Amino acid sequence: MTVLLETKGVSKCYGALRALEEINVVIRAEEVVSVVGPNGAGKTTLVNLLTGLLTPTTGEVLFMGETIAGIGPVRLAERGLVRSFQLIQIFPQLTVEETIAAAVVSRQKKRWRVFASLGRDREIGARVAEVAEIFGLAQRLAAPAATLSQGEKKLLDVASAFALDPRIILLDEPTSGVSTAEKHGIMRTLIAAAKRAGVQSIVLVEHDMDLVAAYSQRIIALSEGRVLADLPPERFFADPRLIESVIGKRRRH
Amino acid sequence: MTRAPLALAVLVGAIGLALLPLLAPSYYASLMIPFFGYAIALLGFNLLFGYTGLLSFGHAMFLGFGAYGAAVLAGKLGITSFEIVLIAVMASAALVALPIGLFCVRYVGIFFGMLTLAFGMLFYSFLFKFYHVTGGDSGMRVPRMNILGLEFAQYNKIEFLAGPFYYYSLALLIIAAAVMWRIVHSPFGLHLKAVRDNARKAEYLGVHVHRFRLAAFVISAAYGAAGGAILGFRVGLADPELVYWTQSGQLVFMAVLGGFSNFFGPIVGAFAFTLLQDQLQSLTQYWRFILGAVLAVIVIAFPEGLAGLAGSLRRTRAGKTA
Repeated sequence: MTVLLETKGVSKCYGALRALEEINVVIRAEEVVSVVGPNGAGKTTLVNLLTGLLTPTTGEVLFMGETIAGIGPVRLAERGLVRSFQLIQIFPQLTVEETIAAAVVSRQKKRWRVFASLGRDREIGARVAEVAEIFGLAQRLAAPAATLSQGEKKLLDVASAFALDPRIILLDEPTSGVSTAEKHGIMRTLIAAAKRAGVQSIVLVEHDMDLVAAYSQRIIALSEGRVLADLPPERFFADPRLIESVIGKRRRH
Repeated sequence: MTRAPLALAVLVGAIGLALLPLLAPSYYASLMIPFFGYAIALLGFNLLFGYTGLLSFGHAMFLGFGAYGAAVLAGKLGITSFEIVLIAVMASAALVALPIGLFCVRYVGIFFGMLTLAFGMLFYSFLFKFYHVTGGDSGMRVPRMNILGLEFAQYNKIEFLAGPFYYYSLALLIIAAAVMWRIVHSPFGLHLKAVRDNARKAEYLGVHVHRFRLAAFVISAAYGAAGGAILGFRVGLADPELVYWTQSGQLVFMAVLGGFSNFFGPIVGAFAFTLLQDQLQSLTQYWRFILGAVLAVIVIAFPEGLAGLAGSLRRTRAGKTA
């Protein structure tokens, strides 16, 4: 299957601290890949490298065969790579409708329409309604983002990224800060939305092993900045040592 | 906000302003000219502040471009049409704002504010020191110009300002506000608001954060120059005081007074400030003290400004009847 995103010998150092060392991973089309590992294993650093937020100390990150060094998030989004952050990112004063519309405006390349009416643009409106519907936010279109519940904010955060029609989306702990009851609901919504939106791949950083087991086709386990395993879930969960090294350390906290 | 009461309030305001020269003494009509000038400048200022989240402390620089531009074009080059002068000063302010903005928009918050302040003071010292070009502290004369190709020679200066020029400036304000309304309600305006609320997130949604900040800066410069040209025309003088940092502070004051989170806030603020300052100056020599106290009360008790206050009063009343 086509390779969408890959790292070639990527390392990241912060001074003397080596956050990631010699990482070689591949994300192909049509897969949901989970990145797991104890706190401090380098999961978020990896996602930040994969999305160009950080530049690797050595090695390179390729998206569809081209290096993403120095491209910047705007052009990455145009090429089809988007992400969400671990901490929910919203536009507090914008409504749900406006938040999704901001992405749709980018996608439809209408950002320099200085005098056009946003409200009367049917093409934007239709797409916003569609995305809101997929994420169950259709009833909340007029609500300012700051007034949403935590779960709704998370959905909105991801919905706005989906509105860019990406090929690949990287979700940094999409269910963090959300109640256990809501977690599966959010994950199901995300996976279903990705399918409907034609997103080819999802990279998921996740702590919750139930979610990882339920939704991913491949698991990349990181430990102390290195890739410990890169396996399908059935083989990953068949190895007690692996599970111990990923979850065991968390139990001691 | 519901549209109907808002449209009604705007209509009442516009009609009130249109009737003012007929009902009030001509003093008040000519007092309103600076209001029109400041209101236009503030519409631009607020595109930058209220909509893009960048607080400029050097915006009087653009008022100065407008006034001095008018002085040069009309006084030195002999252009008699105010429309041509307006378009020329707006275009040149936008052009000058481009390199200045390129520097400034790389920073946000206090750093952006300080940089704009620095550029404003740079322009001020240029005006002040290069007196053979700029007239130094005595400024440059802004001669009377034609409006819409008409000279209005039968009117003396006060009659002209309180009559034709009053309506002309009112019309300019309405046009400027209508254009700005379109800008803030466009896809472009939405991206500006996204930049204001969360630049990091905006970037990942495909918003060109720097370019949009720059665009807002350039547009606000053009608005500032238009306002400055009106101010210069009214006094007949382009004065370096117009560019001094206290003038920039006054623009911030007006925006906060009226409410920068509301489209009409800057207009309300310019109106309230102009009237308040005039009335207080005639009452007491301590008018600055009272103005300062008013600002403190607004910031502490009504952070949304006068326009926001009107909005929340209406909402509570609607809540009671509901």
